[in-house]
Amino acid sequence: MLPLYAAVARRSFRRYSTYTAATLAGIFTNSVFGLIYSFAYLALWKESPDAGGYDKIDAVTFVWLGQALLMTVALWGGGTTDDLAERIRTGDVAIDLYRPTGLVGWYLAGDLGRAAYHLLTRGLGPTFIGLIFFHIKLPSSAVDAAAFAVSLVLAVVVSFGLRFLVACTAFWLLDASGPRFFSGAFAIFFSGMMLPLVLFPGWLGALAQALPWAAIIQVPNDVWLGQYDGWGLAGALCFQVLWVALLMGTCETVLRAATRKVVVQGG
Amino acid sequence: MAEVSTGSTGATTGGGWTFAIRSYSDIARLWVRASLSYRTSFALMTVSGFLITGLDFVGLWLMFSHLTNLGGFSLIEIALLYGASSVGLRIADLLIGSVEQIGRHIRTGRLDQMLTKPVPLLVQVCADQFALRRFGQISQAVIVFTWGCFAVDWTPSRVLVAVLMVVSSGVIFFGLFVAFSCVQFWTTDSTEFANAFTYGGNTITQYPLSIYPAELTKGLTFLLPIAFVNWYPCLYLLGRDDPFDLPPWLQFCSPIAAAVVLGVAMLTWHHGVRHYTSTGS
Repeated sequence: MLPLYAAVARRSFRRYSTYTAATLAGIFTNSVFGLIYSFAYLALWKESPDAGGYDKIDAVTFVWLGQALLMTVALWGGGTTDDLAERIRTGDVAIDLYRPTGLVGWYLAGDLGRAAYHLLTRGLGPTFIGLIFFHIKLPSSAVDAAAFAVSLVLAVVVSFGLRFLVACTAFWLLDASGPRFFSGAFAIFFSGMMLPLVLFPGWLGALAQALPWAAIIQVPNDVWLGQYDGWGLAGALCFQVLWVALLMGTCETVLRAATRKVVVQGG
Repeated sequence: MAEVSTGSTGATTGGGWTFAIRSYSDIARLWVRASLSYRTSFALMTVSGFLITGLDFVGLWLMFSHLTNLGGFSLIEIALLYGASSVGLRIADLLIGSVEQIGRHIRTGRLDQMLTKPVPLLVQVCADQFALRRFGQISQAVIVFTWGCFAVDWTPSRVLVAVLMVVSSGVIFFGLFVAFSCVQFWTTDSTEFANAFTYGGNTITQYPLSIYPAELTKGLTFLLPIAFVNWYPCLYLLGRDDPFDLPPWLQFCSPIAAAVVLGVAMLTWHHGVRHYTSTGS
């Protein structure tokens, strides 16, 4: 089974790597936004130098990591789940359903291939630019770096789980673009992409830190910044694993319910 | 068909314009009807448009739980800046945002079909996929702008500058959408490049320019005149001195900047269309 998924992931990587101009344009755009938010955060941390327990270098690093992760974790939506939504609308999903592999695994493998490509291009690009122009922090130890790598994979899977559920709404609504927009709005706000969750006050902060979106940007960024140590680090990764398990379980359940629906419609 | 309608309405240039506007609204109406056929999705998209942009402002508001001012501006003053820029961007986005898709039309060969139709190409490209749901985003921008207006001590001249500011903001973003989308006549898969200037221009002007280095502000004034969508007229509306000590008459120059951007955009568009050779596939 594993070689099959690896092959799917490899093909997906190659598919995304065809569009070089789009990739360069994307890195440029991410960098422009990185620049704008860096100046905004520098102004904020100048007024309030230890807001949220970050110093100004942490804050700027957070900005550039966010830009680097934006496409890698497909925060706005996109990735193979968009293909799935389209195939549900057209009815082609019937073909996917009689493949001898699980639908979730098939699309997850493809999405991991996509994420790997986006990490190497749209991820490394802004990180280098942030490093050169804003002297962003690098992980301070090998443990942090390794933990970040694990955390990043988990972040992609959490994001995939949410996007898969959104795509599945097409089984009932036919057009999933409404839910896709909706979930994109939540993802930007509650992941820390718009403002680090550590700056959210009171109960809103506590709520935001517990929702699955926190596992997509806030947690990997904090791991990179070295905000956790020892058991705290293990706890952060467990938080991500918990959401992976919950979301994957829900995906399978929803898919089972949806499959009955497809049969009723006759594909 | 263009000739007929020009003749019937009399004045040659006026006729061209009315024909363009009528064609635009015909195409737009078709898209509105199409989008209403998936009702739940349409409703969700309108609400989420409001929500995305709404949460964007909530982000700013949350920043102010750690601040009293950002770059010397209070939250309500930033609402004025934010609103002026966003109203312009959102209206331009509603009316002509689809111009971004030109690369896709080139790839799929649809641009060739469009060129054979008796409606101006720019009208067809802009009206394509007309998305009524973007009213969700416009209403958010209008609400923030209205709140920001309470920061202003109104006089007749300030009312005039405010009106010109909103119109110029729309025109400048219109020009940026068209001009930077033209890059796709040369590289068809670079939609995102234009986003850096349109949505990026909106984001950069949501904050007071006083938070950026002086060179950047000068660049946004003299090279790519995005600062005129809100910064200079708002300095006048709020009765503030320019933190960068640039001449005060710049505060009245938004309409000129808008005219220049529009002119350059139209030239770029015509140059791009002339350069266009079909993919032939």
